[in-house]
Amino acid sequence: MTDLGAMYIGAGLAAIGIGLSALGVGNVFGSFLEGALRNPGAADGQQGRLFIGFAASELLGLIAFVVAILILFVVGK
Amino acid sequence: MSAGKIDPMEQFKVEPVFGRHIDLFGYDISFTNSALFMVVVAALLFIFMVGGMQRKLIPGKWQLMVEGAVGFIDSMVSVNIGKGGKKFAPYIFSLFFFILFANLVGVLPLAILPGLHTFAVTSHITVTAVLAFFSFGIVLAVGLIKHGFKFFSLFVPHGAPGWLMPVIIPVELVSFLVRPFSLGLRLFVAMTAGHILLEVFGSFVVQGFSSGTPLGGVVGVLSFGMIVGVSALELLVCAIQAYVFALLTSLYLHDAVHLH
Repeated sequence: MTDLGAMYIGAGLAAIGIGLSALGVGNVFGSFLEGALRNPGAADGQQGRLFIGFAASELLGLIAFVVAILILFVVGK
Repeated sequence: MSAGKIDPMEQFKVEPVFGRHIDLFGYDISFTNSALFMVVVAALLFIFMVGGMQRKLIPGKWQLMVEGAVGFIDSMVSVNIGKGGKKFAPYIFSLFFFILFANLVGVLPLAILPGLHTFAVTSHITVTAVLAFFSFGIVLAVGLIKHGFKFFSLFVPHGAPGWLMPVIIPVELVSFLVRPFSLGLRLFVAMTAGHILLEVFGSFVVQGFSSGTPLGGVVGVLSFGMIVGVSALELLVCAIQAYVFALLTSLYLHDAVHLH
């Protein structure tokens, strides 16, 4: 396997992490919606925490994306 | 598809706008397209605010918009920082609206008019890291000036047993020091990823239609539909990322002002 091929495979593997973080983000919003449908009056007060949870889980997915970009564009000759 | 390889990273190139490099003691301080679009964002924000500061007793539409914006930031600051938070409202307001306008100007599809490509200012880690370190610096300054050395009790959550301290304190310290990097990285990667996605679909449209085959035409039309969908998602992401940046800055300020 050439170096370039290994680089591309590595970047593809790093991109799997982005799909995993998508599960996390969906979990955050899904749990919020489930709770909001049971108790709609309390939903509006918790919207700030919804976005904090979204930001935290999206950050980890973005870090996986940064690893893929690092492999493709920074590492290498 | 032989000679026209479209590079999705080329849209982020920062280059001097009037065609000249200005050098000062070996540093390149020419007026770049990044600086030009920051000036455009500042001018738009200025026009938005000035148009709304009219003081009519029964507000017109523009004044209502600006009052709504100020009220939104005021409520966010008072809910998240609590007492003593009102003095940070101007900073949070500037931060939120600068990032929001910069994100939106970057997504504007003005490139239909040839040569008028907008540049996303926040798609460079240099810009977002400076904003994040500025917020972090304000948090540190407020915490240290207000509480002195008691500020370091932030890393010792009360109620934790004493034998756990050598584990908890380094973990809390590291997670505190990572904050500016995570703030800047989040905004930068969200904007860059959105723009690369749009450019990749745009290259599909161009190469699909220029191939001349009917299959290329179908690919081009479908990719154009995806561009419309992704642009709508990008508008949402622009607003959410600006809101998350301002919200997290408010939360870090709450930690600094109230120490728990």
